[in-house]
Amino acid sequence: MTSRFRTQLEEALFPPIIALLIALVCGDLLIMSYGQSPATVYRLLLEGTWGNAYGFGQVLYKATTLAFTGLAVSLGIRAGLFNVGAEGQLAAGGFAAAFVGLHLTSAVPWLIAIPLCMMGAAVGGGIVGAVPGYLRVKFGAHEVIVTIMLNFIVLALLNWLIANHIHVEETLHTPEIGAGAIPRLDAFMPAFHGSAANLSMVVAAITALAGWYYLFRSRRGFELRAVGLQPDAAEYGGVSVRGVWFRALTLSGAIAGLGGINYVLGYKHYYEDGLAGGAGFLGIAVALVGRNHPLGVIIAALFFATLSQGGLAIHAFVPKQMVEVLQGVVILAVAMSVPEVRRVLRLGRKPVTA
Amino acid sequence: MTASAETNQSPAILMRGIDKSFGSVRANRAASLEVLRGEIHALVGENGAGKSTLMRILGGLQKLDAGTVEVNGKDVTGWTTSDAIAAGIGVVHQHFMLVPTLTVAENIVLGQEPKKGVRFDYAWAVAEVETLSKETGLVVRADQKVSELSVGEAQRVEILKTLFRGAKILVLDEPTAVLSPPEVRDLWVVLRRLRDAGGTIVLITHRLDEVIEISDVITVMRAGETVTRLETGKTTPAEIAKAMVGRDVALAARQAAGLAHAGDAGDAGDAAQHMGAHTSADAASALSVTNLVVMGSRGTREVDGVTFSIRPGEILGLAGVEGNGQTELIEALAGLRAVESGSIRIDTRDVTYDNVGQRRDAGLSHIPEDRHRRGLILDYSVADNLVLGRQREFASRGMLDGARIAANAQTQIEAFDIRPPSSSLPARSLSGGNQQKVVVAREMGREFTVLLASQPTRGVDVGAIEFIHSRIREARAAGKAILLVSAELNEVLALADRIAVMYRGRFVTVMPAADASEDVLGEYMIGSKKDAA
Repeated sequence: MTSRFRTQLEEALFPPIIALLIALVCGDLLIMSYGQSPATVYRLLLEGTWGNAYGFGQVLYKATTLAFTGLAVSLGIRAGLFNVGAEGQLAAGGFAAAFVGLHLTSAVPWLIAIPLCMMGAAVGGGIVGAVPGYLRVKFGAHEVIVTIMLNFIVLALLNWLIANHIHVEETLHTPEIGAGAIPRLDAFMPAFHGSAANLSMVVAAITALAGWYYLFRSRRGFELRAVGLQPDAAEYGGVSVRGVWFRALTLSGAIAGLGGINYVLGYKHYYEDGLAGGAGFLGIAVALVGRNHPLGVIIAALFFATLSQGGLAIHAFVPKQMVEVLQGVVILAVAMSVPEVRRVLRLGRKPVTA
Repeated sequence: MTASAETNQSPAILMRGIDKSFGSVRANRAASLEVLRGEIHALVGENGAGKSTLMRILGGLQKLDAGTVEVNGKDVTGWTTSDAIAAGIGVVHQHFMLVPTLTVAENIVLGQEPKKGVRFDYAWAVAEVETLSKETGLVVRADQKVSELSVGEAQRVEILKTLFRGAKILVLDEPTAVLSPPEVRDLWVVLRRLRDAGGTIVLITHRLDEVIEISDVITVMRAGETVTRLETGKTTPAEIAKAMVGRDVALAARQAAGLAHAGDAGDAGDAAQHMGAHTSADAASALSVTNLVVMGSRGTREVDGVTFSIRPGEILGLAGVEGNGQTELIEALAGLRAVESGSIRIDTRDVTYDNVGQRRDAGLSHIPEDRHRRGLILDYSVADNLVLGRQREFASRGMLDGARIAANAQTQIEAFDIRPPSSSLPARSLSGGNQQKVVVAREMGREFTVLLASQPTRGVDVGAIEFIHSRIREARAAGKAILLVSAELNEVLALADRIAVMYRGRFVTVMPAADASEDVLGEYMIGSKKDAA
């Protein structure tokens, strides 16, 4: 039992750790090429993120959105589907949350307003996710193509809505929501003052927990993973493969959409054009590095958030684009190491014979 | 000159001692093939006998592990595809490799386009193709788009393509699998004409009537080995069939393990008792199938009007050369393939249009022929695999009941002696025999009335075979109705009460097992004998 647990753990941790080491080496070389000391830059990066309350708050804020999109992408991958549409789904969810919030007055108590807005976000993202799900089931359209294309359509549609219909003059954002705001962290802990961190992260944590429960404890999760691993065997086991595809893409879209609350309900209290800002695409990397496990996704989200916030902290010494290069290196290293490492581990493991 | 005279006598193809493994699977073991110039040579054997691998090695598509390949007397061992094409070997694959958006002429000259300056000389290509078409009798319309062709026409284009490249040795991989009977007749005319013009043809097939009709010489392969080489004029279908599916070392070992039906007196008595029980006319059928028609993936009628029923406590054995519709029949019965027409009943319930889950609830258990693709989720634990298909039973309010799943695993592991007895191991890490036991445990360790057992002992060691066989006998004794499909005639003969033979989608006979023997079944299996039914 323990040795099996250890192999599982090794299999889960190997690729991210190797990827991290490769990224570190690349980072060292890059920093040195700017004539700086890697140790100093890394120290600054850590001080600017985990070293003070404001920086840490920003990391938490960024990690929250990434956790949602990472969970969304990983749920799709568990079902054998690659949802590249988290970017559009996140924006649609944010817009839907704002749309609901705009139609509420401040008289509506938060206990009703927040769940309503959250539901709006999930439904908004879910609809965008259901479209590729439906097209896949009905016409066999590949979800990668459809989700990529849908990103453009959704983002353009939202841009048009904001630019032409519901915006505050001279801006590209909606008016502030009437109700449904989620409190910021600095309301309880003044040290976090100024950072965007808010209680949406609790929602993210609950979503991860629920995702874990769904995947590994529920019957539907059992069927979803079966479809992802071996669709023919799942079909044999009485699972409707198409049903799972549709459900998984819709649910994936809903989770990505729910990520929109972090910005809209927790931070700005309005929807603004460009809200997603790449967090949807980065969710793919988060899912990959997190090995499609809800807990792994949370850790990976914190990691990528640290890099992105840390980029600002070291800006004075090296261009902040350096961390984007590092992110790229991590993604490439993980993407390559995962199947490799798996194969190697498999080769080393002999079948147990009776 | 002397050299060419010498090579004229050497065979067109001479392959000796060919070994080829894919991982732990040995596709070819010391396989050999000798094909003389100007003959139509049939390479026969069941699915997985290693025919295609041997031909892929010949065509340079696959590297061999050991052995030698000679073409026209020249050692060409380990050559590449372009070498093979240059030497005049043309392979027509089962799956066509044509560009659908190009015309017939364009496809045929692809890679060797005639040029006028820098421009592609299309008119010349069309003229060339039309000439070649007339010479060979392969009728095609040169300027038609490939996407508009029927499969038969597409195949003619494939053959023309290889001939255009100068092929003198033509390898056809199951060419008739996709053709209608008139198209098959046309193909024979063309092949004979090519042979008479000095061409050499290797035909891969497992349909014996075709072999008898068209070939001059036959090589039979089984389990990666070359079993025998026969002259078509001097052999009988029965002899070929026996070579294809007959006794081998593994079967002898099985009998040594005491599995021959004659050796098991208790069971024989048991069986007789059951035969007596279900000859009484009004015994209700547990499974009844009426005029079932099922289409294959390529739009052909793979199951073509099959009617049968199985009574409680009876094993109906289904024999037949693989690829005659058995797989499609089982899939249709299990709910994995749509039924075109006809009906399926379990007890009194019509399940023709029910899905997999509903059929399971109606009492259907199914041991699928391919445990790695269908029967198991290899990355799931043994415990999870033991509830696959029954996940609803083991869940309450949508949540899986871990305690019950674990308890079920413990019971089944003990009852079916699954080793190692650990429910948390992934199914992947078990040996083949124990993986199959997991499938058998899941399907037979529950309440059921009908069992579809498809190749239940394929790729399983002798001990597990014995175990699975005794389980099937016990199930019969307990009044279950069992449909047993097996590529091993001995298995069918040892277990079944009645035996049906499937040939080209139909049941050509149903006989009591007592009247059956390998020779009798063999004749039905190759279609040389049919009952009125």
